[in-house]
Amino acid sequence: MSIVVNKISKVYGQQKAVDEISFSASPGKILGFLGPNGAGKSTTMKIITCFIPQTSGSASVCGFDLMENPMEVRRNIGYLPEHNPLYLDLYVKEALGFMADIYQIPKKHKRIAEVIELTGLGDEQHKKIAALSKGYRQRVGLAQAILHDPKVLILDEPTTGLDPNQIIGIRNLIKDLGKTKTVIFSTHIMQEVEAICEQVIIIDKGKIVADDDLKELKNKNGQGSLEEIFIRLTHMS
Amino acid sequence: MLTILKKDLADFFNSLVAYITIGIFLLVTGLFLWVFPESSILDYGYAGLDSLFNVVPYIFMFLIPAITMRSIAEERKEGTFELLATRPLTDWQIVIGKFLACLSIVLLALIPTLIYYITVYQLGVSPGNIDSGAVIGSYIGLLLLGGAFTSLGIFSSAISKNQIISFAIAVFLCFFAFSGFESISQLLSLQNIGSYITGLGINQHYQSISRGVLDTRDLLYFLSFISLFLLFTHIILRARKW
Repeated sequence: MSIVVNKISKVYGQQKAVDEISFSASPGKILGFLGPNGAGKSTTMKIITCFIPQTSGSASVCGFDLMENPMEVRRNIGYLPEHNPLYLDLYVKEALGFMADIYQIPKKHKRIAEVIELTGLGDEQHKKIAALSKGYRQRVGLAQAILHDPKVLILDEPTTGLDPNQIIGIRNLIKDLGKTKTVIFSTHIMQEVEAICEQVIIIDKGKIVADDDLKELKNKNGQGSLEEIFIRLTHMS
Repeated sequence: MLTILKKDLADFFNSLVAYITIGIFLLVTGLFLWVFPESSILDYGYAGLDSLFNVVPYIFMFLIPAITMRSIAEERKEGTFELLATRPLTDWQIVIGKFLACLSIVLLALIPTLIYYITVYQLGVSPGNIDSGAVIGSYIGLLLLGGAFTSLGIFSSAISKNQIISFAIAVFLCFFAFSGFESISQLLSLQNIGSYITGLGINQHYQSISRGVLDTRDLLYFLSFISLFLLFTHIILRARKW
């Protein structure tokens, strides 16, 4: 198990954004993180990546506790935040070089070239990030996340705003990466989950309402598409 | 730390911020020193750079906040701060890296003004008739002053997501730290402790270094001033709730 989350809560003032959730994820199984907007998906991801501290509970990534060993946790995670923030004034290679320097990657030019190849950025690699279209920016974000070859990938809505061709490209990339790494990714597109995820967690109002293999989830909730299951589960509460 | 410094410098030079601020700084100091009759060396008639060293703190007061206002505010607004904070970097590395990047721009703006020194050096009735000790002291003073303003600017940049607000706060803080204490000390009711209050301000220490005497007390003052505001910045970043 490379991610173990144990009863994590996050309270903002009066509001409980995340309410005692526990789950785990292991390599080779892509985990789809679903839930309505505001359910606490991004907050959970921000906690796991050590961006914001949890109010209570504990979690570990690759055996390192979030609170005790945050630097090791960060070293093992590749994170693509929601809305994909990027340094628009930097050139693609500059941005990747910056990330490579942070992780002190040996032979960084070779690795950067590899990642550019992997994410299909070849034609755009000499441009400023500000000059790239949304799809290519998303690839830069993904390239930054996988640059240091992390064991765990956390991707917050990596496919929003892309055209169908780009979505399929990114999806295949995630699928490939998921063969050896632990991947958690959130999305609102149900077909996407059915296409690439093996494990599904549905979260609603800060609580987990389903955590199962995709097939099991479908069996348990009678026949019907994942969309129907999602609507049923998140409307009940 | 050095990676942040490198990235921020690349950012400054890619986005023209560096060229424009340095250019404007040189333009304004050039105008004050050689063109405007009130402060021009040619009209003044003495081979000294006093007018330069008197005017630069006031230019820095606006210029340094303009350089620093983006550094953390923009990262927060654009969300790239999340990118930094989730990498294996400590908050100290981020704060100090950003501080050094902004200070490098200040340094790069100062270096070309050495030409003014060389010019005045040559222009003296007998060349070289200039108080070089005072000039060296003043440059060290300016650098320390720049450092103090930069730390104030970084601090202001951390407290708001809005660049304009950071800029306004930074200008006010710089102005107050530079000459505010001195003015307050002149209040009638504070006259007993007036000299202590003046000692809190930057101006007194800057003037003292400018005379060419590098007193450890002044040096200590500037270093603790800078450390204090970097510490405040660090505290703000740690208490992040966004």
